[in-house]
Amino acid sequence: MIGTRDELLQSRAAAESKLNSYDCRILVCSGTGCIATGSRKIYEIFRELTQNAPQTTLEFAPHEGETKQVGVKNTGCQGVCELGPLVRIQKGNSVIQYIKVQPDDCSEIFEKSVIGDEIVERLLYHVDEKPCKGPEDIPFIAKQTRIVLKNCGKYDAQSLEEYLASGGFAALEKAMFELTPEQVIDEVDASGLRGRGGGGFPAGRKWKQVAGQKVTERYVVCNGDEGDPGAFMDGSVMEGDPYRMIEGMMIAAYAVKAQNGYIYVRAEYPNSVARLTKAIHILEENGLLGDNILGTDFCFHMHINRGAGAFVCGEGSALTASIEGKRGMPRTKPPRTVDKGLWERPTVLNNVETFANVPDIVMKGAKWFRTIGTEGSPGTKTFSLTGSIRNTGLIEVPMGTTLREIIYEIGGGLKDDAVFKAVQTGGPSGGCLTTEHLDEPLDFDSIKKFGSIVGSGGLVVMDENTCMVEVARFFMSFTQRESCGKCVPCREGTKRMLEILERIVAGKGVPEDMDELLELADTIQNTALCGLGKSAPKPVVSTLRHFRDEYEAHIIEKRCPAGVCSGLKQYIIDPEKCKGCSKCAKNCPAGAISGEIRSPYVIDQSKCLKCGACLDNCAFNAIDVK
Amino acid sequence: MTIDGRQVTFTDEPNVLSVIRKANIDIPTLCYMKDLPIYGACRLCTVEDGRGRTFSSCSETPRDGMEIYTSTPKLMRYRKMILELLLASHCRDCTTCDKSGSCRLQELCNRLGVNRVRFENTKEQYELDTSSPSIIRDPNKCVLCGNCVRVCENIQGVNAIDFAYRGTDAMVTPAFNKKLAETDCVNCGQCRVVCPTGAITIHSNIDDVWDALADKDTKVICQVAPAVRVGLGDAFGLPTGSNVFGQMVTALHQLGFDQVYDTTYGADLTVIEEAKEAVERLNKNENLPIFTSCCPAWVKFCQTRYPDLAGHLSTCRSPQQMFGAVLKEYFKDETKNEGKKVVSVTIMPCTAKKDEIRRPTSWTNGEQDIDYALTTTEVAAMIRRAGIKFETLEESKADDPFELGSGGGVIFGVTGGVTEAVLRWIGGGTDGTISTCGVRGEEGMKEFTYKHGDLTLRGAVVSGLANAARLMDRIRAGEVDYQIVEVMACPRGCVMGGGQPVMGVDTAPQTDRINGLYNTDISYEIKASQDNPAVQALYEGLLKGREHELLHCPKVEK
Amino acid sequence: MLDETYYQKTDAIIARHSCEPRSLIPIIQDIQAEYRYLPPELLSYVAGKLGISESKAFSVASFYENFSFEAKGKYVIKICDGTACHVRKSAPIMERLYKELGLSKKKHTTDDQLFTLETVSCLGACGLAPAMMVNEQVHPKMTPDSAAELVEKLRKEESV
Repeated sequence: MIGTRDELLQSRAAAESKLNSYDCRILVCSGTGCIATGSRKIYEIFRELTQNAPQTTLEFAPHEGETKQVGVKNTGCQGVCELGPLVRIQKGNSVIQYIKVQPDDCSEIFEKSVIGDEIVERLLYHVDEKPCKGPEDIPFIAKQTRIVLKNCGKYDAQSLEEYLASGGFAALEKAMFELTPEQVIDEVDASGLRGRGGGGFPAGRKWKQVAGQKVTERYVVCNGDEGDPGAFMDGSVMEGDPYRMIEGMMIAAYAVKAQNGYIYVRAEYPNSVARLTKAIHILEENGLLGDNILGTDFCFHMHINRGAGAFVCGEGSALTASIEGKRGMPRTKPPRTVDKGLWERPTVLNNVETFANVPDIVMKGAKWFRTIGTEGSPGTKTFSLTGSIRNTGLIEVPMGTTLREIIYEIGGGLKDDAVFKAVQTGGPSGGCLTTEHLDEPLDFDSIKKFGSIVGSGGLVVMDENTCMVEVARFFMSFTQRESCGKCVPCREGTKRMLEILERIVAGKGVPEDMDELLELADTIQNTALCGLGKSAPKPVVSTLRHFRDEYEAHIIEKRCPAGVCSGLKQYIIDPEKCKGCSKCAKNCPAGAISGEIRSPYVIDQSKCLKCGACLDNCAFNAIDVK
Repeated sequence: MTIDGRQVTFTDEPNVLSVIRKANIDIPTLCYMKDLPIYGACRLCTVEDGRGRTFSSCSETPRDGMEIYTSTPKLMRYRKMILELLLASHCRDCTTCDKSGSCRLQELCNRLGVNRVRFENTKEQYELDTSSPSIIRDPNKCVLCGNCVRVCENIQGVNAIDFAYRGTDAMVTPAFNKKLAETDCVNCGQCRVVCPTGAITIHSNIDDVWDALADKDTKVICQVAPAVRVGLGDAFGLPTGSNVFGQMVTALHQLGFDQVYDTTYGADLTVIEEAKEAVERLNKNENLPIFTSCCPAWVKFCQTRYPDLAGHLSTCRSPQQMFGAVLKEYFKDETKNEGKKVVSVTIMPCTAKKDEIRRPTSWTNGEQDIDYALTTTEVAAMIRRAGIKFETLEESKADDPFELGSGGGVIFGVTGGVTEAVLRWIGGGTDGTISTCGVRGEEGMKEFTYKHGDLTLRGAVVSGLANAARLMDRIRAGEVDYQIVEVMACPRGCVMGGGQPVMGVDTAPQTDRINGLYNTDISYEIKASQDNPAVQALYEGLLKGREHELLHCPKVEK
Repeated sequence: MLDETYYQKTDAIIARHSCEPRSLIPIIQDIQAEYRYLPPELLSYVAGKLGISESKAFSVASFYENFSFEAKGKYVIKICDGTACHVRKSAPIMERLYKELGLSKKKHTTDDQLFTLETVSCLGACGLAPAMMVNEQVHPKMTPDSAAELVEKLRKEESV
């Protein structure tokens, strides 16, 4: 029970000394990615090894002779998801980062690095065949600036003790005992923190508006409905450091005098739901959530709502409607959420990353925060770096970092040394950045200038093998499927845009299609009801702007430059290689292949269905696809 | 603020759109309805401000100094595209559509010059729902403006239909795509009133009635409800609220109806029966408050939603049904029916009446009294089909012996009218205090107190079933103490019934039809139902000893 | 007709939440978790208990992708078609599983009620694309072959 400020201080001191008493900590990544590659099993094995080895103990007890105190912990995302399961062995300040740890590797690691002080070199990350010992030696991690993610990978994500030991709840304590609510808001306002969910609206201004309302029943809502396909930052924060985000929400609640908080988590994140639920439960048990927190009259209760599968619920008014048990359909504004949000009460609605930034801002001050990032967009931004890139994973960099730094220095360049073509930012609501933007500093305002948005932070790297028309079609099919169906431009307009794009990738496009797409896009962008609808045409407009030649190739030349669109593929038999075995002709379902035994066969392109059966069955590699 | 460069003053207009309409610009809308919550789905009312920013005017609060443009080339382009998109997914059999000519979508497409549709209708096609005797739903013509959903939920509190699914699959439907007849739909037809297209239309009985009229071996009689006389004129471009009863009788005769009667006569019967019942209950102090039972939508609502309170409903049949039973009895006489089969038709402002005639609880001795209930709108269509120039018709009187009705009977068509007529019975006529005791006014929830001698009556007058639900909850909770409760399902009463011609897009004042009936009352010599000599004669004759058989609801085994 | 136990279970689920309209979504999520689908009868039942109309409850339930009014298979396979997975070729995996399971865009569940195949817009495992989820477990870096093998393995486990 932590019922007073003193008790909080005592608990933190106790937690710190416990943390320091470990001789060794085995930190197993339990992010969604590593769980998928089997990290739960690794965790169990290390626990067993620690428990069974005579030299080590898991139990926390005063030191007895030679027995080593070993902590086996599940941490938040360690970052390099593709190289999982990830394990760190920490002894004091020395940390070894192991990658791709398989169950068979555990006892070796345990013997050499936990009991002994050796390194298992084959399990280290290598750059140009040079091993990297600690996480900071890996360029992917070294080049990052971690505020929101600073605890991820270092502490047990689920343990309140470890969060306290890491300095957790010091910011809340400072806010509650040393600052007035107004001062907290001023600090956040002065920091220039902008909403990390997409729009980039200044968080401080939002809080101020809520604090200024006459109605005293108020809410703090956290948007954890990270729906952009290709983005998983918020999920990583929720599961990797749930307390930080909750602390941020509590500070917001203290500042705007809200009594209840809701976290809306998308249904596809069962780990996040589980860890947040447990974290809230632990905080309630310890009196850090509930009535009269730390002996003051600050009362705050938190609730979790799981999404039920609707992308549009990432939109503020749809999200609050969903919490209220309704269809997640955006409503017209005004009234704004700050005036009439959840249950028609004043509501602070920010996303996960925004709240997770708050504790450090309160702790270290607005000035410090402004030293990071750019003038207009202070602080860092998390991105999920995916697609055709060597190192995929979760990153956090200062605003204003260039795309080149992200892709080539952190991401290690393109996969298989492919040629960079574009990066999609902002998911289905964003657009693409191309080679011409590689050296531009990225922040809210600059990306917007290039016709895209930061969005929640998905960065999907695409190379020359990606067809931009197909990508546009993909995003349009996504928004179309996820349209709530309320307003006409989005419901009917995206459907028609999708139809046109489908036509183009199938090789049935006509030159007017491009104008028609732009005309539809113009109407949708200017008349749709909500932000999601308004931005739905962005991927199309953006690809049309930067890659018009690819559209033209599809429509006029009936050719897919990237060779992706199957409707535009041509299967051709190489007469040099064809032995005339007739196997392809027998396998062709359309009867499009003819010829005479032992002389080259020919495919009739007008009959060809582009199914690829000939290619699959040719023993002589004689069939080319163009 | 300035609108299209003109200075426009605004006062308490709730949104920019109403200011624009006040400035006499009919900005296109499909989903905006003054009495319904803002929905913002059609986006047609999108306007531009001085900085070129576009937003929907229905949802924007008017502010001083605003600079609004309502029809820039850009906006025109957007509106045209929106309409083209709607048309593309819309059943475009306009020529054979019931709504042709009065369809808002058609009108807007015409106005905005939508002259082509570049997209194919790839939407899944659905069957019509003709299960309800009152309305027909055609999902293929739905534009998802949500007016019906909001009226059903917010105004009527019924919520029989709602949106389902999402995106392009979104549709308006009862739960689990059930038929409307299988739901709690009360048949009020308000959804049809607000539907801008042919997606919800009246379940027409015109063809049945034409057949009957054409059959030489039948005698077709009809009765016309009070509210019809102030609604029908709308269909012929006459000033809203004008009483066209006389022309209508002429037209009906021209159409071939053998006898035309006035349901006001039936209303007088209802007043007397209900007043007697009320006094009886007051004396015994049981089953109070008494609920009126004239409105079939309300009766169904009460029975399904508040079964525990259904015992409060008056046992009286509605005027239509009382009069129907009397007419049927009357025409049993061979001298009256001339040996022909008698077909009894009613002309009502109401779609629920089509359901009411089929309810065994309003039949006599297990037999249906009325054959067809037509709505005002259907009759207007019949008059038009017959080529009758309605505006030019001479007036005629209703037929004997039921031509006479009282002022009390005629105001049945207005919310509060039934109560006022009952009070005129209790008070022995209009005593000057009745009309001011709280029963009048277009509000959906009114309270009245009427004093007569040592009797003090308190009651509530409600229109709109959502209001009724709120009242029922309070009655259940014992928060109110009333003796009489009048409920009409349609806001403002039958004059705004679901079968009336639809008035223009919130331009016509909704009170015109109400005033039309009050003016009729003023012009009538007989104010109280009990003073109607024709009614007195009936009680002495045909009705003697048979009031319960003919005028009250029989108990029916479910 | 569902037997009595369904309603008892539903009562127990409702009791875990507050009995008011706002609880509709969490309650039907729990029912869906219990039966792997949302029996229409139970939706109507819950609506009645919470004091909302049946059409409102249907309206809400049919809006969200997670609710299914038809029984799902024992193994619900969700293939991620998020951007990262799409770029790394998730579509062929889908095609292969359609073929292996005899399913299609219209038919999601196998006749033996063993498998249901769905797409999902993002599993949050983008770093390991293409990913798929079988019930709650995420499987990383799939190929059409490995997906088919996994299905075959599950099928064998069932027939034992």
